[in-house]
Amino acid sequence: MAEPALIDIRNLTVGFRARSGALLPVLRNVDLQVCRGESLGIVGESGSGKSTLALAAMGFLKRGLQRMGGQVLFNGDDMFDRTRKQLEAIRGGQLGVVPQNSGQSLTPTLRIGTQMREALRLHCTLPEAEHEARVINLLSQVRLPDPSTIMQRYPHELSGGQQQRVAIAMALAGEPDALLLDEPTTGLDVTTQAHILELLRELARTRNMAMVYVSHDLGVIARVCEKVQVLYAGEVVLEGPTRHVLTDPLHPYARGLLASIPRLGETHLPVALDGRPPTPGKTGSGCAFAPRCVLANDQCRSKRPPLITSAHGEVTRCFYPEKTGQIATIGSGTDPVHHDACGDTALTLRDLSISYARSGLIERLFPPAVPTVPTVDGISIILAKGETLGLVGESGSGKSTILKSIAGLLPPSGGQILMGADTPLTPNVERRRPDQLRCIQMVFQNPDESLNPRQSVLEILSQPLRLYFNLRGRALQDRAVELLETVRLGSHYLDRRPEQLSGGEKQRVAVARAFAANPEIVLCDEITSALDVSVQAAVLELLNDLKKSMDTTYIFVSHDLTVVRALSDRVAVLYQGRICEVGPAAAVYGSPSHPYTDILLNAVLEPDPDVAPKLMAEDVVELAPPACGCPFQRRCPRKLDSVCETDTPPSQTGADGHVVRCHIPLNEL
Amino acid sequence: MVHTPHPDKGLDEGIKLGLGSESDPALTRTGPADMTSLLLRRLALGLVTIWIVSVIIFLGVEALPGDACTAVLERDAQGEVLAKCRDDLGLNAPALTRYADWAVGVLHGDFGMSANGLQSISELVGYRVRNSLLLAAGALSVGIPLAIFLGTVAGLWRDKPIDLLFSTGAIFAMTIPDFVSATILILIFAIWLGWVPAIVITPADAPPLDFFPEFVLAAVVLTLVMIAHIMRMVRSSVIEVMATDYVQMATLKGVPYWRIVLTHALPNALLPAINVIALTIAWLLGGVVVVEVVFNYPGLGRMLVDAVSDRDLPVIQAITLIVAATYVGVNLVADILAMMLNPRLRTHQTRRQ
Repeated sequence: MAEPALIDIRNLTVGFRARSGALLPVLRNVDLQVCRGESLGIVGESGSGKSTLALAAMGFLKRGLQRMGGQVLFNGDDMFDRTRKQLEAIRGGQLGVVPQNSGQSLTPTLRIGTQMREALRLHCTLPEAEHEARVINLLSQVRLPDPSTIMQRYPHELSGGQQQRVAIAMALAGEPDALLLDEPTTGLDVTTQAHILELLRELARTRNMAMVYVSHDLGVIARVCEKVQVLYAGEVVLEGPTRHVLTDPLHPYARGLLASIPRLGETHLPVALDGRPPTPGKTGSGCAFAPRCVLANDQCRSKRPPLITSAHGEVTRCFYPEKTGQIATIGSGTDPVHHDACGDTALTLRDLSISYARSGLIERLFPPAVPTVPTVDGISIILAKGETLGLVGESGSGKSTILKSIAGLLPPSGGQILMGADTPLTPNVERRRPDQLRCIQMVFQNPDESLNPRQSVLEILSQPLRLYFNLRGRALQDRAVELLETVRLGSHYLDRRPEQLSGGEKQRVAVARAFAANPEIVLCDEITSALDVSVQAAVLELLNDLKKSMDTTYIFVSHDLTVVRALSDRVAVLYQGRICEVGPAAAVYGSPSHPYTDILLNAVLEPDPDVAPKLMAEDVVELAPPACGCPFQRRCPRKLDSVCETDTPPSQTGADGHVVRCHIPLNEL
Repeated sequence: MVHTPHPDKGLDEGIKLGLGSESDPALTRTGPADMTSLLLRRLALGLVTIWIVSVIIFLGVEALPGDACTAVLERDAQGEVLAKCRDDLGLNAPALTRYADWAVGVLHGDFGMSANGLQSISELVGYRVRNSLLLAAGALSVGIPLAIFLGTVAGLWRDKPIDLLFSTGAIFAMTIPDFVSATILILIFAIWLGWVPAIVITPADAPPLDFFPEFVLAAVVLTLVMIAHIMRMVRSSVIEVMATDYVQMATLKGVPYWRIVLTHALPNALLPAINVIALTIAWLLGGVVVVEVVFNYPGLGRMLVDAVSDRDLPVIQAITLIVAATYVGVNLVADILAMMLNPRLRTHQTRRQ
């Protein structure tokens, strides 16, 4: 390289002192170089040390971590040797950072304007009088509407996408030479994510910045990075140009990771990567990935492989890079079980509407002039036994609200929920009879919050067994073990507590708890979104197996269109609590489709450097549906004239019960 | 169709949708009208609480054997004398009438006459309230800033010697009963060193300045107990806030350490302390019986104890009501303050989650 690297990390080892007193490394001999104008992606599962590496580039280590060796050079000088004053000048100045969760990274008691001005005061030479104008300029650079109003707001008054933009604007305030992005779009909607990444690409191009992206999402990396580094158990296992790494990587781990990603065009389930990464200090003397590697032999288990440079400039830590071609990179795992919609009816939603607005005493005495529009409205779906319905939509589209209502946690304000074709379900969960409760079980998004941390797995599983089947003693224990085996966990998990389980294991326990009730319908609320892709694939496989053996009906909610794709028989696309399109998965994901579905599908990032997302509408956030007309009228790129504003779009039925609610005729969509 | 995002377009669309403008459907800012109605509702609730307390107090006193006359007349409480006394004090009227009379009087600031029928309770209690306020003000003015300072220092230097010192000290101050620490302080500062008088001998109705320096030791004892509580609260809150993402972000933004502490961390760390401070203030204003007795300080607490031993029922009623009202009032102020200082409470979001 002609130009010296701007960020140059050499042989960095970072560790923490365990209770035993030993120093356990979380990063091992990591090298990383980024020049001006370059963008590097760092990928890995949770716990791989990727965030630690990014923060170490700023000379910052989280409490408890310490540098055990190596250098972190920025502009030629070691960040860890600088004084606090020098660090304060570089951080936020030449070296900017965009945090993962901007909602929590903005100080809640300070207005956006105050926080922006603080960044300017610290890092730019402009006179104080021009700061106001500069803040407005920065906020409009990241395309925030109405910057002067945003400045008056507190962080909690902005949407997730807006908070992320503010964080980017703040990082730009110091005119940085390099930007570190720690999962900059995780947790955002696909459409918002696509827009933010476009913005970052453009900024990198115009400002010639060096960028380091940390992400678990290979789709994001594919879109914005030229080079990729794959971290596993704290060490670099693969490094190379994005195109190679994403199409034909020379490391089994990277191949397994690619295969575990669900893809839009793939009707098979992704292939799970079995096992879990070693914990710090337990990496052994051989290759850290050997226990999970299908190609591993005795040499791999006993000796740590060196980094080998391949012909196309890829660097891999594997003894047999030439053999890795045997592992497929596109997961075509199990063929999912599909059911058609004509079997016995399991659940009927008839014109369901749900309203969050609770009428208090004052509202009842003085009813508002304009009646509030319900959050969810006009949902009519008939689910057949064994069928899987996917509900997709951006955050705030009412997906989870519908699940809560079916579960009885949020009584509907109108319409009916029927068990089968004609047995009405009591709207309020407290008044449901045990047999009604047993039929419908729910698995929540975050197993950390849905499993009681003080209960052992046995206690967690025995609650439904005792309640619905009156099992006691030996019988209860046997059934609990059986359940654990169906979710592929052994009986030795019985007396563990949630904190002793990994994220994937916790979610399996949550699934086992739901199945303990022998339910007819299982409601899955974003159950894989808190998990790593490799684990996600395993959970999807598990759900598919259970569906095969128990004929369970699922309602599967996710904001990730690719996850819904593989598992669902039918998919319903929701916008603002209204169904835009519903039909067999193949039909919804194919064409013709509703303009909103198009937008969602086009914003999906696939781990393929040749596919660019097509951004068709602004990622504005709407929080209330329009009073009349089409719910999507304000964002629709193909809006007709006033008819969309005044008339509820008609349901147009195509083949196989594919329904699109749009004013545009089906054959023109 | 590939849409290249363009800044102006985004701006236009945003404005068209009302995004970011005041009519934003996304975020309903609680306007001044909502704020006022919220305050009025809290105030109304507070008044209802005080009313319920007054009924309970009245019924409690009613349930006790005997009444004001039997208390005053003691052994003479029989026959005609007793009947006449009851007639004079209006004790023969039905309970409801007597409650109504009492309540109306209280609303006018008239708590009636003390049991011996010689002094107006309002006047007696008035001085005591002032004295209690004086003592509380002395303790609070030193205690709160000191507690916040010590708590912050302990939190920032968590697990360092200075934290261990402060935290251990706080545990001592909390666990040693106040009459013990009071006695020790009297022994050291009043008897051995002779710096301040051991007890207060100034009469209750003396001008405020006369209590100085007699009330210093009493104030110090109260300060000690109070600091311990608030300090521990502030310490854990500071530790929690210093570990948040926004403090880490401020560090990575290059904000100097002390600026982070003062502008990013402390305002957030002190929010939960407000309610603890409020409870402490309420306790100081009404409940420091032991300290007042030890130092012979003529405050509200000691008056209550005296009234109980004299079976002076009207005075007991008056003081309990004042203490209850103080608790309600201070907590109301604390809630309002917390709401004003916490933007998340002040402007609440009606975003569906």
